[in-house]
Amino acid sequence: MSDLRSLAQTARYLSRDECEALTRKALGFVTTPDGARVNISSGSQGNTRFAVNQVSTGGDSYDTSVTVTAHVGRRSGSSRTNQLDDASLKQAVETAERIARLAPEDPEFLPELGPQEYQAGRNWSDVTASLDPQRRAEAVRAITAPAAGAQLVSTGFLDTRAGSSAVANTNGLFAYARGTAMALTTTVRTPDGTGSGWAGESHYDWSRIDPAALGARAAEKARASRNPVAIEPGRYTVVFEPTAVGNLIQFIARALNARSADEGRSFFSKQGGGNKIGSKVVDERVTIVSDPFDPDVAGSPFDNEGLPTRRSVWIDKGVVTTLDYDRYWAQKQGVAPTASGGSLKMSGGSSTMDQMIASTPRGLLVTRFWYLRPVDQRTILYTGLTRDGTFLIENGKITRAVKNLRFNDSPVFMLNNLEALGTPVRVSASEDGGPGQAIMVPPLKVRDFNFTSLSDAV
Amino acid sequence: MGSSRREFVRTTSVAAAAIAGLAAVPSAARGALLAPTPSSPAFGDDPDIEALAHLAIDAARSAGASYADVRFSRNRSQSLFTRERRVQGLVDNETQGFGVRALVGGAWGFAASRELSRDEVARVARQAAEQARANAATLVRPVVLAPVTPVPRGTWRTPIEIDPFTVSIEDKVGALLDANAAALKAGARFVNSSMFFLREEKTFASSDGSYIVQTIYRTQPRVTVTAVSSDQSDFQTRSSNEIAPMGRGYEHVRDAKLVENAPKWAAEAVQKLTARPVEVGRYDLVLHPSHLWLTIHESVAHPTELDRALGFEANYAGTSFVAPPEKVLGKLRYGSHLMNIRGDREQPGSLSAVGWDDEGVKPESFDIIRNGVFVDYQTTREQAPYLAGYYKASGRPVRSHGCSYAESWSDVQFQRMPNVSLLPGEMDLDWADLIAATDRGIAIVGDGSFSIDQQRYNAQFGGQLFYEIRGGKITGMLKDVAYQMRTPDFWGALDMIGGRKSYHLGGAFNDAKGQPSQVNAVSHGCVPSRFRNINVINTGRKA
Repeated sequence: MSDLRSLAQTARYLSRDECEALTRKALGFVTTPDGARVNISSGSQGNTRFAVNQVSTGGDSYDTSVTVTAHVGRRSGSSRTNQLDDASLKQAVETAERIARLAPEDPEFLPELGPQEYQAGRNWSDVTASLDPQRRAEAVRAITAPAAGAQLVSTGFLDTRAGSSAVANTNGLFAYARGTAMALTTTVRTPDGTGSGWAGESHYDWSRIDPAALGARAAEKARASRNPVAIEPGRYTVVFEPTAVGNLIQFIARALNARSADEGRSFFSKQGGGNKIGSKVVDERVTIVSDPFDPDVAGSPFDNEGLPTRRSVWIDKGVVTTLDYDRYWAQKQGVAPTASGGSLKMSGGSSTMDQMIASTPRGLLVTRFWYLRPVDQRTILYTGLTRDGTFLIENGKITRAVKNLRFNDSPVFMLNNLEALGTPVRVSASEDGGPGQAIMVPPLKVRDFNFTSLSDAV
Repeated sequence: MGSSRREFVRTTSVAAAAIAGLAAVPSAARGALLAPTPSSPAFGDDPDIEALAHLAIDAARSAGASYADVRFSRNRSQSLFTRERRVQGLVDNETQGFGVRALVGGAWGFAASRELSRDEVARVARQAAEQARANAATLVRPVVLAPVTPVPRGTWRTPIEIDPFTVSIEDKVGALLDANAAALKAGARFVNSSMFFLREEKTFASSDGSYIVQTIYRTQPRVTVTAVSSDQSDFQTRSSNEIAPMGRGYEHVRDAKLVENAPKWAAEAVQKLTARPVEVGRYDLVLHPSHLWLTIHESVAHPTELDRALGFEANYAGTSFVAPPEKVLGKLRYGSHLMNIRGDREQPGSLSAVGWDDEGVKPESFDIIRNGVFVDYQTTREQAPYLAGYYKASGRPVRSHGCSYAESWSDVQFQRMPNVSLLPGEMDLDWADLIAATDRGIAIVGDGSFSIDQQRYNAQFGGQLFYEIRGGKITGMLKDVAYQMRTPDFWGALDMIGGRKSYHLGGAFNDAKGQPSQVNAVSHGCVPSRFRNINVINTGRKA
């Protein structure tokens, strides 16, 4: 296999020097005196899929895109290309300027930022960046071989990314950062089709992941979830595993836009006008933060416009403390723009999962959710279904697997009905199994969660 | 399918790399811009691309591939976003590159790059073959490909009237801002509108001897109107969902009549503020094609994908209740005898229409459900052999239905749904006839919230507009309506469908499947249809 090892290489992406040279060259083609910005995104993605205990497909791809945004007076236009030669860059600049000239004046126009100071990013891992197809296949085999040996059927996905991004503008701003991300998820099913278990993890650092342990957790869930029984839909006390909490909490984050709140079209709008900053909206044990420099949920040190990202406390002890302001709305409202970076971390408590189960006379344990879609933005009401491990708790013990259930409920209501919180952990909470945003949340015990129908799906 | 905003953004940015703004060019200069730059040779019949294609196949074969194919593509896209009197974004995007798929020892490998040079093509082809060799380490069942007729030189182009990239930015922006103004004048508090255009030039070559050049266009105009009550206690939106995305040119925007329709959409959003909350219970539902297409997509098109039935998508999209194949093919009663479902990639204006799929197969129209009974799955070359027994028993050849598709040059192709459509009934009925025949029901127009489980049994759908039907007449508007269903029960409750004249193509740009997730653009044709005694819930809550 030495021929394969020789192929191992660190992921391709543009270095700081390459990005500086490229942005300098592109900005050199700019003719408008009113400013322009160049964004570069560059990197490699490697993935291995497996199904029915064998690798089904994989992929390794490399791409770089350059986006030019040009301003003519108060007018703007953008053009993107993935060809980096002089002629293509020049054409991208010309196109952006041409569109800008044809665009109407923007009453909300803001000039490009001046130079900024940035902290160093904390989301790079050499181990992740050098994970090659053979080592991905070895990681997959650590799941598929035990599953096959146990007469179970494993399916899953290992997705790794390594790349860099840069922003530069005609005011002398330049920002560069590189980052890695990965996610490994598996669904293990019993051959009779009556049991299904899932496990997944996501981090920027592959060395934090133990594929065999992850596969074993999914296999155990598959076995335990065999032959589920029907229960009546209705309101239940629920112990949510951290992944299920992450599935739902991210919808609160998506509703944080300050402008929508001020315009009266958001949960965070206040009846009579204005927004809910200063209002208590959830249990006082809940604090929700985005912090791009927290090593647990690290993200990019700058945003698309080159604004330095910083820690944002959205909800502090149950009270809304800020919303997400873009530069225009911040200026209009007289506050600082937010630039949070997008990761999420929620406060926890001291309960263990075992304690939450032991203290429940009758309730459900939910592993994760599937096909979550908004139903009513006024209350952040979502619908979706449990999946891959839903169990009945009776008299403080998990007694049997139950059929999956559809719910119609809101993470806001959920965080008002808290019984107990556990220790926050990183989760893989994206629907598609990709790395998604960095999310760290605790397991929760919640009362009166609203299930509206049963599903026969396993 | 996923139609979150995030996925839409992903679609536009990925597909995009670009639309390098021909639209913005004065017509006299257009020819000059069309001329290839040194780094971006024209696609299609360009001899450089053909040489690179042969190089990729040869390099993969030399590296041990028993089969290899390569796709070169250049995507130009353009997005325009506005709100009220303001343009929020004008983005032109162009991306080009290639991907090589290699079969070594019965296992697949795939690699892709944006660099169209001889060295890079050879390197990536070898990389695909080496990856396949690594992937073969877990091999249980080797890939077997159904036969295909080689196409030495094939060309196909979406039939369009007006290339969207020749229409000026001013005209497009003007159309959107005029629609916004009309909606605001009619009572809307906010309006968001957008246009998206794509042209994909795709060249496919395979070691079977095919060389196929296709040019595909897609267009979607969209308006979403928001009404807000005076005390901020309620807000309601109305999206222009009956204007589906289509495989057409700018004529689709022209025919959408955004300015003419905007006041109606605004009035309906305002009307929703005072609509009566629905009483929970069972109702006969009369579903408009602008709504029903999504129910078909979720509850019929996805569960009849063979890869799902075989377990290949269990970790994300899920499996299917339409399984195992040997127990359901020709046997499973899916719905009432009025239910006839067909797959195709040829309906004019449909998003799935192509000359050949992404492994060089000429698609055929095929029945999926006949008189309520399930008769066939959607397939690719590696999937059709799984059904060899069924096909042989029914005297049919083992061949792919041509359902292979990849979102871009950087994604590996796999099974994606073609257009999956509900065929019209034999009687010449329309929307008004179905309402007139209904005593107590709800009529639903436009798609709204949607969610379905991973085996496609339990689903919940909202909509844009809900009307109470009493005694064959519409008696008022309802809100907070969603219906819950179990797929075979729901389709079993189909008791009345419209005729040929009421047929309408709905669809979506952003159906997500696979890992990494890829989006597919697909249309679903259907007619107004009635479903008896369906469970309706009320989704309104107080925060």
